[in-house]
Amino acid sequence: MLVQQYYQSERFVPDKEMDACGLFGVMHTGGVRFGGQMAIDAIKNMKVRGSGLGGGFAIYGLYPKYKDYYALHIIYQDKNMAAKKTVEAFLKKNFYVVFDEEIPTNPDIRLFAPPLAWRYFVSPQKSSAEENVPDDEYVISKVMHLNSHIDDAYVFSSGKDVGVFKGVGFPEEIADYFMLDELYEGYIWTVHSRFPTNTPGWWGGAHPLSILDWTVVHNGEISSYGANRRFLEMHNYYCTLHTDTEVLAYAVDLLMRRQGLPIEVVAKIFAPPMWEVIRHMDDSDKELYTALRMTYAPLLMNGPFTVIVAHHKEMIGLTDRIRLRPITAGAKGDLVFLSSEEAAIRAVCPDLELAWTPPGGEPVVVRLHTRDHLQSLNKSI
Amino acid sequence: MYPYLLSEFIVERREDRCIHCRVCERQCANGVHLYDAELERFFSVDKDCVGCQRCVNLCPTEALYVRPRLFDYRPNSSWTRDKIQNLKKQAATGGVVLTGSGNDKPYRIYWDHLVLNASQVTNPSIDPLREPMELQTFLGRKPDTLKIEFSAGKAKLASQLYPNVPVQIPLVFSAMSLGAISYPAFKSLAMAAKEAGVLFNTGEGGLPVEMRDEYADHAIVQCASGRFGVDADYLNSARIIEIKIGQGAKPGIGGHLPGEKVSDYIAQTRMIPRGTDALSPAPQHDIYSIEDLSMLIYALKEATNYTKPVSVKIAAVHNVAAIASGIVRAGADIVAIDGIRGGTGAAPLATRDNVGIPMELALAAVDKRLRDEGIRNKCSVMAAGGIRSSSDAIKAIALGADGVYIGTAALVAMGCTLCHKCYTGKCNWGICTQDPYLTKRLNPELTSRRLVNLLKSWSHEIQEMLGGLGVNAIESLRANREHLRGVGLEEWELNVLGVKGAGE
Ligand code: SF4
Ligand code: SF4
Repeated sequence: MLVQQYYQSERFVPDKEMDACGLFGVMHTGGVRFGGQMAIDAIKNMKVRGSGLGGGFAIYGLYPKYKDYYALHIIYQDKNMAAKKTVEAFLKKNFYVVFDEEIPTNPDIRLFAPPLAWRYFVSPQKSSAEENVPDDEYVISKVMHLNSHIDDAYVFSSGKDVGVFKGVGFPEEIADYFMLDELYEGYIWTVHSRFPTNTPGWWGGAHPLSILDWTVVHNGEISSYGANRRFLEMHNYYCTLHTDTEVLAYAVDLLMRRQGLPIEVVAKIFAPPMWEVIRHMDDSDKELYTALRMTYAPLLMNGPFTVIVAHHKEMIGLTDRIRLRPITAGAKGDLVFLSSEEAAIRAVCPDLELAWTPPGGEPVVVRLHTRDHLQSLNKSI
Repeated sequence: MYPYLLSEFIVERREDRCIHCRVCERQCANGVHLYDAELERFFSVDKDCVGCQRCVNLCPTEALYVRPRLFDYRPNSSWTRDKIQNLKKQAATGGVVLTGSGNDKPYRIYWDHLVLNASQVTNPSIDPLREPMELQTFLGRKPDTLKIEFSAGKAKLASQLYPNVPVQIPLVFSAMSLGAISYPAFKSLAMAAKEAGVLFNTGEGGLPVEMRDEYADHAIVQCASGRFGVDADYLNSARIIEIKIGQGAKPGIGGHLPGEKVSDYIAQTRMIPRGTDALSPAPQHDIYSIEDLSMLIYALKEATNYTKPVSVKIAAVHNVAAIASGIVRAGADIVAIDGIRGGTGAAPLATRDNVGIPMELALAAVDKRLRDEGIRNKCSVMAAGGIRSSSDAIKAIALGADGVYIGTAALVAMGCTLCHKCYTGKCNWGICTQDPYLTKRLNPELTSRRLVNLLKSWSHEIQEMLGGLGVNAIESLRANREHLRGVGLEEWELNVLGVKGAGE
């Protein structure tokens, strides 16, 4: 009896899992918006993977009323009002602000040093010199400026019809704090349960990390971070959030938005096949994969990782090429799930129709109005 | 040879062991060991000994010891022994003091002040004995983006790529010309490069015609100021063409192969008359600006139908970063930076030891500058000069190099003992000499094995260290300075290197 008790308590001291964050994503491929309960319950089910030092959610289809405006979620550390004033003066100069408000929070939830969180719905107000800059580029440059030049102010998210809510705490606490289950609906929800490894637990550093419509939640540790970061800096992406995951967010923006590469190709850049595998491909593939590895070697993501990358109409799951951090996919009807654990999916969808684990480097791509996600099912192991 | 000069070495012979086989006498090209048959006794001319240790190594009874002679002059921290000896040489000859191989001054070696990271818990290290570990890399210009087309759901490459050359390990043999080194040494490098899937560099001495078919796939051919051996066929029998502007051992100085070393064979390969001095001037007389350089780069590309990357090799000097940026903008696909510790066959001692800057600092500065300007992927960067071990090599890559050139390390693998006497043409190891009696001491079949072994052991070591970092592809370490920390360096040095101090 005693022995059994001992083991039971051991099970819940999650020594082994402390290094593996919980990830979860769910998308309705029909584009139907739904509440946050599933995401919250699923991540709660993986509590042992969290640390209480960081968690967050990204929601797509969030602001239908303002869907044509960039929604800037900005936090002010230590409720620094001077920073807020500086930011607002900057916004006024560079954007038309159509509406802004404090992001509602639940005063009954106590979290570690909550900042002031504000949201602004804006559209670019370009000077004549910037007239030819595309809107997205314009917004990125302004966001980079805010993040790197104004102390105590950080832009959490900057896309249209999308929002990131994150902070220091367990994800369900963050959800309660921002009242996600009561106030919001969306057709994609992604969530993450732990602060980024090797970085201070602070509000800006929690996942998801985002740029424009792109959000990334990531489990693992990117040992190529320095190489990735230096490459991205060459393309004017500056890593200011002190976390390795940030490079993934910028890398997807660079490759998918700016360079227009599809995720199937991007997956092979982040987690390319081994040279040994490439050597045995047919000539056309060999040429393609060699060129990809040569050209984009600095964006190879080394070390263990699972990521869920989302943007409008798409949610993508990917694990590193030697699958040190596996991902599980599941589907039922129009709902497709991605998670670190099958148990988390089954906890919110007990009558799942399909569950599978794709190999390293093989993306699960969930797209609006398609069954594309089933392609990875064929290759799964 | 020089009056008033104290010998640098003492040759000790244990008479009780010596069997009078006279091996040492035959092995020494400097005539240190003399046998008097009448007296049945050996004499040693200590002052002619260069400390190459050939006789010591080959003595069958281990009867010989060659030791440095240290305390001959009255000890003086300012007037050190080498300062006095060099003055005496100058007083005797009125000439420039020459030397061979690399700088031996105790300048700070930054490699020894940089330490690498290792994975612990959250990011597991990788065991290269069980998991794949990729060291292959490509040298050449990379595009900013790729065009990919889809037909029938299959992705296909639609961009045309710049020529790139794969190397199985990011280690390439440095430029050592035939003439400076012996034919067997040259051939050994070529054979080893071929076997290991890397490259060797012909230096400015041309590439013998009979070697072109077999080794062209592994050759970097140089086009230096003397244009020795350069014609269209030579350029086309290479993977990479390198324009040599400068050399780490003697920045701002040209080359000189004395006429005595220009045998028939050397003359033929270099396309010069036999017995004439082969002078390569310091500047290329058609290059006085970046625009001129650009013209040569494109002339070479034109001559080879844009099928080969063009590299430009420069010595590490004060404003090397700006120069490198100009070189890339001029159209070079590879920039090779050669530091103050680079070796040489012959250089004025004063230049070798006092001109230029350490490669570590130059490399970090160049990588940073090219990135700041957004042109780093338009070229590969090769680090050269004083890479002594696999750890130096891996640190160079973490500082920003695509690959490293190894020269002296390869010579040591062949037998060189760093006696610094390459310029005399009497290398007892058969490496830096054209004397047929001495060159026979190297057998390319055997020597190339040693070189391949060297590359093999370095690549195993690099794999182990990469695995320790939790990285399984060498590309992920390139310019990944987060994995480096400085120990015992000052703030400004850390800044130039772009690394944090240990503990940060
Ligand atoms: S090689 Fe050794 S054993 Fe032979 S003669 Fe010289 S010292 Fe004596
Ligand atoms: S190559 Fe020969 S001459 Fe030159 S340093 Fe090495 S051993 Fe001495």
